Amino acid sequence: MNRLKLFEKLRVPMMLFPALAIVVLLFGGGMISGIGQSVGYFPVIGLQDFTLDYYRDILTDSGFIESLWLTFRLAFLSTLMSSVIAVLFALVLRHAFRGSQFLTFLYQIPIPIPHLVVATGIVLLVSQSGLLSRGAVTLGLTSTPRDFPVMVFDRPGIAIQLTYLWKEVPFIGIVVLAVLKSVGPQYEEIAQTLGANRWQRFRFVLLPLIMPGILSTSIIVFAFVFANYEIPLLLGVRYPTTLPVMAFRNYQDPDLALRPQAMAISVILAIVAILLLVAYKRLAKYAAET
Amino acid sequence: MQKAVRWIAAISITLGVLLPVVPQIIWSFAHRWLFPNLLPTEWSLSSWEYVFTASSRVGEGFINSLLIATFVCFLSILVGLPAARAIALNDFKGKGLVEWILMVPIIVPGIVSTLGIHQLFIRLHLTNTFIGVSLVHLIPCIPYMVLVMTSVFANYGTELEDTARTLGANPLQVLLRVTLPGILPGLMVATMFTFLISWGQYITSVLIGGGTIVTLPMVLFPFISGVNYSNAAAISLIFVAPAILVLVLISRQLGQDSAVMGGFGRL
Repeated sequence: MNRLKLFEKLRVPMMLFPALAIVVLLFGGGMISGIGQSVGYFPVIGLQDFTLDYYRDILTDSGFIESLWLTFRLAFLSTLMSSVIAVLFALVLRHAFRGSQFLTFLYQIPIPIPHLVVATGIVLLVSQSGLLSRGAVTLGLTSTPRDFPVMVFDRPGIAIQLTYLWKEVPFIGIVVLAVLKSVGPQYEEIAQTLGANRWQRFRFVLLPLIMPGILSTSIIVFAFVFANYEIPLLLGVRYPTTLPVMAFRNYQDPDLALRPQAMAISVILAIVAILLLVAYKRLAKYAAET
Repeated sequence: MQKAVRWIAAISITLGVLLPVVPQIIWSFAHRWLFPNLLPTEWSLSSWEYVFTASSRVGEGFINSLLIATFVCFLSILVGLPAARAIALNDFKGKGLVEWILMVPIIVPGIVSTLGIHQLFIRLHLTNTFIGVSLVHLIPCIPYMVLVMTSVFANYGTELEDTARTLGANPLQVLLRVTLPGILPGLMVATMFTFLISWGQYITSVLIGGGTIVTLPMVLFPFISGVNYSNAAAISLIFVAPAILVLVLISRQLGQDSAVMGGFGRL
């Protein structure tokens, strides 16, 4: 009997332990090692003493500030535009109509497709010699590749944004769609009976229901875009570039002395992301309460 | 009005989804496609032939990516399922902390931990190894598995398991005959997400694999910024094939089972 009780008591910890151990050891261990290097603990090249010099160097570098702004702008705009478009499509797709099932399937296609494949497709589509540019010539709108607007390797990062939009709209959309479908039409019908117009039914009935889903998926999207490396590297200008690209560039530099700087950049990146997300969580809680 | 809105949605979804896909398919068969022709003037299979040569390393990358993603899925299920079940079906002290720890890798940019792990793995001789690359893929994969499966288990009643036990089923029988069939649709979606996270990893594999372990995204990468669009397109289509396969297999669960996707709504 005692043995059974002990087993019962240890059951939950034993179920949690393997997952926790792996995440804490790998993620936590990596964080500690990374933070250590950013404050000057890097014995391989003879650095042992605590210093905040790397942080000071970076925070006073105008290139860093420019990169931080670019990284934030890309993440913010991608998240905002993806959420809005996702909600619009979900509002249409929640109804059953002829072809709606096929359309929903089509809508889900981007979810499993890797970002690198999307980047390849976007280059072949919107570059100055891409399919759209060829279409513009055929329609007589332009006559040479150079007449077509620059969307790849451009400072605003249009191709980067398009790549994220293509991937993230269906991701947010499917979650919102699942909520809308499970709710059904009855709340709206009640609101309509009570005299609510189309906008009021969306604002006061549907939006509160889908808001938690929008917020949590957009947190995931924001965090992903904020930390993504390969898309801005492939489709963006060399300078200014995003913080993850800047960090990896410094890290892979043959000059090992740049590594602590790379670490400091990525620690700042993580801190900024955490602060933004905490603020966002607060906002979500506030929105849920009012 | 409603009809017009539906048409607009149908056209924009169709065009939006297909436009970046179509040029990849055409380019992979193009031999000569000069500007401003809308279609190639000469077609060939040379890119597809190139993909299947050993020197392109596409086959090697494909097998490595497949093995790593499968191994990562297996480990994620092994440790993620019990954790998700424990969180969903029990109240215990420190539950909030546990959930928080398992969520952090989804939210906090992995760049610090990845760069930090590189140093740790060098010391542990795990860089340039299959195990090392798989371990670093596990960091985002386990939390996603736990996130989706916690939501699945939260909607899952344990009554059937109790009944089976009362009727004399042993724990293995309960697991295989009752629990697994009950959670299977959700588990498929969670496994797909886990597989695809590992399948799409680029920079972590570059850093930890060190060029010794070549994965498919590493083969594709130089071609995207290069000049040979045909080869880029062909490799890209190979890279996307398993993803499409999984989507066809599970699209029903994605569209209808709100409990599964609801996992992302619980963050």
